[in-house]
Amino acid sequence: MTPLPAAIEATGLHVSRSRSKILRGLDFRVEAGRITGLLGPSGSGKTTLMRAIVGVQRISQGSVTVLGRPAGSAPLRHDVGYVTQGASVYPDLSVQANVRYFGAMHNATAADTADAMAAVGLESLARHKAADLSGGQFSRVSLACALVAHPKLLVLDEPTVGLDPVLRAELWERFAAMAATGTTLLVSSHVMEEASHCSSLLLLRDGALLAQLTPAELARRGRSEDLERAFLTIIKAADRGQEERQVTT
Amino acid sequence: MNLRMTLATTTRVLGQLRHDHRSVALILVVPALLLTAVYFLFENETLPPGFPRTFDRVGLMMLAIFPFVVMFLVTSITMLRERTSGTLERLLTTPIHKADLLFGYALAFSIMAALQSLVATAVAYWVFDLDIKGSPGFVVMIAVINAVLGVALGLLCSAFARTEFQAVQFMPVVVIPQILLCGLFVARDEMNEVLEAISGVLPLTFSVDALKEIAGNADATATMWQDALIMGGIVLGVLVLASLTLRRQTR
Repeated sequence: MTPLPAAIEATGLHVSRSRSKILRGLDFRVEAGRITGLLGPSGSGKTTLMRAIVGVQRISQGSVTVLGRPAGSAPLRHDVGYVTQGASVYPDLSVQANVRYFGAMHNATAADTADAMAAVGLESLARHKAADLSGGQFSRVSLACALVAHPKLLVLDEPTVGLDPVLRAELWERFAAMAATGTTLLVSSHVMEEASHCSSLLLLRDGALLAQLTPAELARRGRSEDLERAFLTIIKAADRGQEERQVTT
Repeated sequence: MNLRMTLATTTRVLGQLRHDHRSVALILVVPALLLTAVYFLFENETLPPGFPRTFDRVGLMMLAIFPFVVMFLVTSITMLRERTSGTLERLLTTPIHKADLLFGYALAFSIMAALQSLVATAVAYWVFDLDIKGSPGFVVMIAVINAVLGVALGLLCSAFARTEFQAVQFMPVVVIPQILLCGLFVARDEMNEVLEAISGVLPLTFSVDALKEIAGNADATATMWQDALIMGGIVLGVLVLASLTLRRQTR
């Protein structure tokens, strides 16, 4: 069986910011047309890795290739969508004006704008000012501003934070539907139960990749169906391994 | 450069302002009110016959200074918000060109500045009989160039401020020296050499010089066009500097 084409490929990726090492030598590939979860405790480097992939973070060593090109290169700007953790939209504009503006960068039509708003369930609030929306609605405006471009790779930093369970389920269904049509999604989260929605997981800790595996493998290796506990088991095992190495050297 | 993205940016910036009725009202009305104050300040001055009123000199220069100050403030705060809220970083991951963003901003605020100076110039001209030989249309033109200068400097200065509080502190640094040295308080040839030399490279000096040309001549003079051209050159230079502060990547 030939492997699926890689949407993202990182080799020996190092990132340092103001002299502290945030990412230390990551090697991985993310398959196209799948949902890949980026999991790890806060401060593990998830956001920095995502920023390196969308090309806004300078890399100190190694490389990241996105859709066959170096991350951040100009032709990728049409194909890569990035939704930051804090919603980066204009609070003093209406939902529609926000989506339309970001759509204008990708020659989106009025129908694209309407579709993007419908996709996140905000069509009835199109004319409301973003600042007047609830926290969850506000972050969905940010998502709509990425969807309007029909990106081939969508990078989402903690998209489900602050959403109620119903909305969270709807959003994951939406992501699955997008993956089914060929979109690659990289979704970060620090909530382990969300891992089950992904077809592959990148476990990050202290800027290093602990493992790349499927949710089923995570459950097996962590000896628990509860993915949160499974993840903790793997972390502990890794810590123990590190201590043993330090003892032997 | 992409016209569609530039115009989308202009529409967006104007859209943001449109929701902010109070700011729009302040931009449009305050210069006219201050001009009124200046008029009444000099209302009772006694002049030898044939001597021009102080209002004709000061009021005219204020028409050029208002848009510069107001647009500098409005732009530096708006751009700073764009930098700190993450929308700038997000925009720079899209195909938008930096020039689209900067010219989009410049165009939006020039439109506001044109409206502002139309109101202020109309008040000065019709209500207070501002006495100038040249066309008030040229006064508006110089006012708009000044506004774009304010926009360009605001875009540039926003890069050096981390908070809105700091951004406002740039006003005394960037704006006030230009007002002091532009020839409004003391004629340039009466300044000492150092101050005169500094004043000779400050952009606002050229617009005050252009306004004097408009006030003293019925037709547009070569000096006025030259001043306007130099101002345009400075604006473009500052916009290029501002574009260098927009980075697609951070360290």
